[in-house]
Amino acid sequence: MSSDSASLDMPSEDPGVQLTSRQHVTGFGFYLYLLSDGILFAALFAAFAVLRTATDGGPDGHMLFSARNAFVETACLLTSSFTCGIAMLACDRRNKFVALIGFLVTAVLGIAFLTLEIHEFSDLMAKGYGPDRSAFLSSFFTLVGTHGLHVTCGILWLGVLLVQFLLRGFTPAILRRFLCLSLFWHVLDVVWIGVFTFVYLVGGYL
Amino acid sequence: MFGKLTLSAIPFDQPIIMGTCIVLILGILAILALITYKKKWGWLWTEWITTVDHKRIGIMYTLLALVMLLRGFSDAIMMRSQQVLASSNGHGFLPPEHYDQIFSAHGTIMIFFMAMPFVVGLMNFVVPLQIGARDVAFPVLNSVSFWLTAAGALLINLSLGIGEFSRTGWLAYPPLSELPFSPGVGVDYYLWSLQISGVGTLLSGVNLLTTLLKLRAPGMRLSMMPVFSWTALASNMLIVAAFPILTATFAMLLLDRYLGTHFFTNDGGGNPMMYINLIWTWGHPEVYILILPPFGVFSEVISTFSRKPLFGYRSMVVATMVITLLAFTTWLHHFFTMGSGADVNGFFGITTMVIAIPTGVKIFNWLFTMYGGRVRFTSPVLWTIGFMVTFTIGGMTGVLMAVPPADFVLHNSLFLVAHFHNVIIGGVVFGCLAGLTYWFPKAFGFRLHEGLGKAAFWCWFVGFYLAFMPLYILGFMGMTRRMNHYDDPSWLPYLLVAEGGAVLIFVGILLQATQLVWSIKKRQTLRAGADPWDGRTLEWSTASPPPPYNFARVPQVACIDAYWEAKQEVTTAPEEPFEAIEMPKNSGLGFFVAFFAVIGGFGMIWHIWWMGILALVAFFALIVWSSWDENDEFELSAREVALFERANPHAA
Repeated sequence: MSSDSASLDMPSEDPGVQLTSRQHVTGFGFYLYLLSDGILFAALFAAFAVLRTATDGGPDGHMLFSARNAFVETACLLTSSFTCGIAMLACDRRNKFVALIGFLVTAVLGIAFLTLEIHEFSDLMAKGYGPDRSAFLSSFFTLVGTHGLHVTCGILWLGVLLVQFLLRGFTPAILRRFLCLSLFWHVLDVVWIGVFTFVYLVGGYL
Repeated sequence: MFGKLTLSAIPFDQPIIMGTCIVLILGILAILALITYKKKWGWLWTEWITTVDHKRIGIMYTLLALVMLLRGFSDAIMMRSQQVLASSNGHGFLPPEHYDQIFSAHGTIMIFFMAMPFVVGLMNFVVPLQIGARDVAFPVLNSVSFWLTAAGALLINLSLGIGEFSRTGWLAYPPLSELPFSPGVGVDYYLWSLQISGVGTLLSGVNLLTTLLKLRAPGMRLSMMPVFSWTALASNMLIVAAFPILTATFAMLLLDRYLGTHFFTNDGGGNPMMYINLIWTWGHPEVYILILPPFGVFSEVISTFSRKPLFGYRSMVVATMVITLLAFTTWLHHFFTMGSGADVNGFFGITTMVIAIPTGVKIFNWLFTMYGGRVRFTSPVLWTIGFMVTFTIGGMTGVLMAVPPADFVLHNSLFLVAHFHNVIIGGVVFGCLAGLTYWFPKAFGFRLHEGLGKAAFWCWFVGFYLAFMPLYILGFMGMTRRMNHYDDPSWLPYLLVAEGGAVLIFVGILLQATQLVWSIKKRQTLRAGADPWDGRTLEWSTASPPPPYNFARVPQVACIDAYWEAKQEVTTAPEEPFEAIEMPKNSGLGFFVAFFAVIGGFGMIWHIWWMGILALVAFFALIVWSSWDENDEFELSAREVALFERANPHAA
């Protein structure tokens, strides 16, 4: 559709990262979607800020959260963003092996992150501090859980994409999808930094 | 196996509901039988259901809006009749629990399934044509968006015959909408259908915004973009920024109802006012999402039919963008009575009043466009002038209510009801109907009957004033909204006038239905060429109806009103040969996703968990399946393009 419209072509100086116009449009559209996703998280952050002290006589963040767990989770996720970046650079150079390894490590780190999160959640619930205990815990579980749900979707997406990648290699469609996926993954990282700061650091540690 | 769903969910003891259901079912069966008899299923599937053509998707959105207008209007006239019959503590014909469902359904359907699809449909149809693009940026996603909206509409209408609808008003304020006070499925119908259609709206916003920012014809800078496209840009920016808040807010209410969380409950530390704050940070931008595109319609109509460039193009654009920004600064005026204190209320009162300034700029721009022009008083112009008068009154009552002390008196009274109908009917509905009449010949190749259109306008116009001016007075007399019956006989005369107004609007709707049928029958005599109104923007430069690819040659743009300027010059440039065009393939993805969204939504509403899980699995499978085919385009050869273009010579 768009490929014949001259205004779209915005080739970069570096031939290694030149985007075709459809890739450019798709990336832009996906970026807009990510902005809207950011607003969804903003609403959940706002709810957390409002309900942070509404513990209904139950425990607050200082009593519940383990800074060490959150720190390891953060390390997993930040490293996974780094490996995702490596994989994207490999895509630009059409290096199939490095791209594959990079994405696989990204997925493994994502799964490690999720495992830690599920562990934390089930631990809290086993102690009777589930999302129905107080408004504070409702907002905590929803904010952090929504992020976790995004990570889960990202891993599923990456899995399907890696199968297609192994079968077909660097087709334009697959490159486009990797671009969107990496944008998605980085935005989840940014959101997590907000979660780490406001929920675990300010709300639990400081 | 079937969760909360039993046969007792169907209200066999309610003659009004059962009668409606029987008529609806018979109607649907008749349509299905007709399609089968005419052997049109294949045609329907390939030409409409799986189409990814933005024009057809726009037409389907508009059709959905018109059908939902009928549904919402029947709710309206039932409410008006109830209030006439329930004077002096009479009981009327609607028991309170049914009446409460009707006013909730009326508001929900009119906003989410009438006004939104109408506006989105117009944008879908017009925007790519106006900016010289061949389709939207993501054609398949566009089809998904439409079908999700349709899925939401279907789900909300299922509540008529299966179970019940919410009794909590159109925004489902907690704690009333929480489980202890609304244990039935009504609120769940509300939440799930709006979540599903909300995702559709958000995706459509992303799509149109990308289209507007990335697919404009070569040379068309933002400062040359037609004003309707500008208002569409503003509206879609607001959709992308506001709808996620709605999704998050409804998600929290759903969690409260399904998992026992305490976001908005009375106990457990919940905060019901947080819902009301959140919902209006979506809700106030929503009214600008609805009104800005109609502002664009009026701009196009008034400039075309005055044969003049729009007065103050730049100020119009600036005013639109100022309104877009201010949209997020006024939400608290919906609940001054929350008691945030004088400073907070004062702040939001002033931001609200400030919005009147850019809106006033627009009104004067339209007036000055007409001044000195050769105005042709066609029915789109009548809608526009009717709008300018009506909307100004509605705007002034709005500024009145922006004064917090005045709002304390008028809050939740019929004055408020009169105000927002004043701006929504006088603004959004008039604008959509003007746009429908204006672009109808572009979509179908023939005009709508002008005399019937004008008659319909006068019925709507006079009917509106009869129906809503008495409500302002009743508001001052102390009548609150959503009353099932009342004991003050002095209200009755005003309610009788309002009923008369509603009946007159109904006559207007009947005239429009007649107009549509008549025009289709007489379409040979109403034939319109590419440019029936002597238009100014690019959509009039291609055939009516436009070919699937919109433009055989991508237009080059160098100024505002590109087509008008092109018409002033005699071009002697030799015709270039046609080129092959890459077209998106049809896709059933949208239809199938919507199909499972209905199943999943229905399952969640009735606690039939396996249906919800089935839908999730189906979504995953569908997305993987559709991603497997990477060749989502086909090539339309230069010969096919040339054949169509020779058969359909345009004005240009």
